[in-house]
Amino acid sequence: MTKYALETHAVVKTYQSEFGTIQAVDDVSLKVAAGEFVALVGPSGSGKTTMLSILAALLQPTSGKILLDGEDLAGMNDIERVSMRRKKIGFTFQANNLVPYLSAVENVELMLRLNNKLDKTGKLRARELLARLGLADRLHNLPGQMSGGQQQRVAIARALIHNPSLVLADEPTASLDTERAYQVVETFAGLIHEQNRAGIMVTHDLRMVEFVDRVLLMQDGKLVRIYTGHSEIMELIQGSRH
Amino acid sequence: MKQTLSIASYLAFKEVWRNKGRFLLVALVIGLITLLVLFIAALGEGLGNGNREYISKLDAELIAFQSKSEFVIAASRLGRDRLAAVRRVEGVADAAMLGTARASLILSDDEPLNISLLGVEPGRTGEPTVLSGRQLSTDLASEAIIDRNTAIRSNLQVNDTLTIRVTQGTRDEFFDLRVVGISDGQQFSLQPSVFVPFFTWDRIHPKSEAEVNSLTSVGNVVLVKLENPDQIETISQRITDQVNNIEVATISETIQAFPGYSAQQSTLNTQGGFTLFIGVLVIGGFFQIQILQKVAQIGVLKAIGSANPVVAMASIIQIVIITTIGVIMGGLLAFIFSLTFPPTIPIVFNSTNSAVALILLLLIGPIGGLVSIRYAVRIEPLKALGLSS
Repeated sequence: MTKYALETHAVVKTYQSEFGTIQAVDDVSLKVAAGEFVALVGPSGSGKTTMLSILAALLQPTSGKILLDGEDLAGMNDIERVSMRRKKIGFTFQANNLVPYLSAVENVELMLRLNNKLDKTGKLRARELLARLGLADRLHNLPGQMSGGQQQRVAIARALIHNPSLVLADEPTASLDTERAYQVVETFAGLIHEQNRAGIMVTHDLRMVEFVDRVLLMQDGKLVRIYTGHSEIMELIQGSRH
Repeated sequence: MKQTLSIASYLAFKEVWRNKGRFLLVALVIGLITLLVLFIAALGEGLGNGNREYISKLDAELIAFQSKSEFVIAASRLGRDRLAAVRRVEGVADAAMLGTARASLILSDDEPLNISLLGVEPGRTGEPTVLSGRQLSTDLASEAIIDRNTAIRSNLQVNDTLTIRVTQGTRDEFFDLRVVGISDGQQFSLQPSVFVPFFTWDRIHPKSEAEVNSLTSVGNVVLVKLENPDQIETISQRITDQVNNIEVATISETIQAFPGYSAQQSTLNTQGGFTLFIGVLVIGGFFQIQILQKVAQIGVLKAIGSANPVVAMASIIQIVIITTIGVIMGGLLAFIFSLTFPPTIPIVFNSTNSAVALILLLLIGPIGGLVSIRYAVRIEPLKALGLSS
């Protein structure tokens, strides 16, 4: 029986607005195994960003369960959720990913610092990871001295350095040109598989799902279709080009 | 807690170090505020000291005034009979007449120096202790003790002869006196002081036409030293009861009654308070703007697992670092500037006042930054990262 790093059961998120109740996420159940890289796609307003925020322990669902390594995020208080984000979740964002006054290696080491695990081995691992991401000569550069692609790669290293169970990426290619976007997602996918993490990437750019194992399509807050296997995913990509 | 402090310190120091220029400018602004606050405090102390220095150093507990003079020394006139009556009151250890006047000290090359000409009784309370030379000898001697301020500004030394110009009736009169001693600072009424024996003072002090030919010796107040200073209220009442036409004040009451003294001190204190308040607003404004510029960055820190105490502590440490650097810069600037001021400018850096000002200045940073710290703690990572629906 497959042991899943992440499981959600009937997750619902509703908002009250002046126009009534909005169902941002509607009864979403999904499972992601360790070593599996999944894309969450859908049109604007489909609920994918809300779902990602819930999975990142940044937002509480209205109902449902989110089990990360068997622990239910939905039942946790603020302090416990901060602790989960620090220990078990890695996160990259669209932009403003890095702390601007820390160098590339310091940004990566920050996750180890926060987890009180910054020792000699950790420092070495941070440098090795950045080197693997092609940033060996940029270790001491500040974010402002690096390109968007280089900053995203630093963010990927930061998301993985503390061995989280779940790695989340919110539109990691949004500010990159196509070539750099492919490089970033390919590297990201390679590290997710190699380090046996559960990875979820939210993207609106269907060309970027080439490197994922499954694609989850959301629409109007619901999970409407799952694309599994290379051929199905390639069909989805081809379809998006027409 | 140790872990929180360690991460917060790391983040705070890194940010300050990597943005040295920006933070240095803010520290400089705090430094200038510090300079201003210290100078206002020093000016207040200097002006206050210039007014009260002689009176506050008196070896006496009470001062007897002519009644209804409202404790204003210049407005009080007391004859020798009152002095004798005060001396007879039980519990009075010593009493001496004090005469005050303004005069000009004629200097060979420079402009005349305005001085306070004080008549004191040799060997009794009111005569300052000399640091060099000797005390006054007799009540009628043509000799003087000058205070340190007079000595600095006139270059007079012990055994020199000084010339005093006063107006008596309608004529300018010149009197030569031999300097027999130099005391510590004994300014009175914002002027450097020259002390002469009381009867010499009675002869040489400025007089109206009517006073010139008067044979009565009149001083301003009687300085009273008590056998037991703890009985100050009892003896004060006893003097008032037993001596006609007299009112008695303590040293601090006398100082507060100096013309303009309270208004001057409260004006300077208000200025100092407002400068501190402006400091709070400037620092608060700067850190608030800084936090507004860092919303996304704080959002990232929180999203990756930095707890609120880390964010708050980092802000506090940063504010404390900048404020401390600014206050040190301001303190050094104040010290350097103070060395360049001539003795005519009444600037006195009192260690207690300066310490209080520096502590208040160190507190204005955290106080000013409270709003920004509260704002930083309330930043929602979802909103900061643009993930909120």
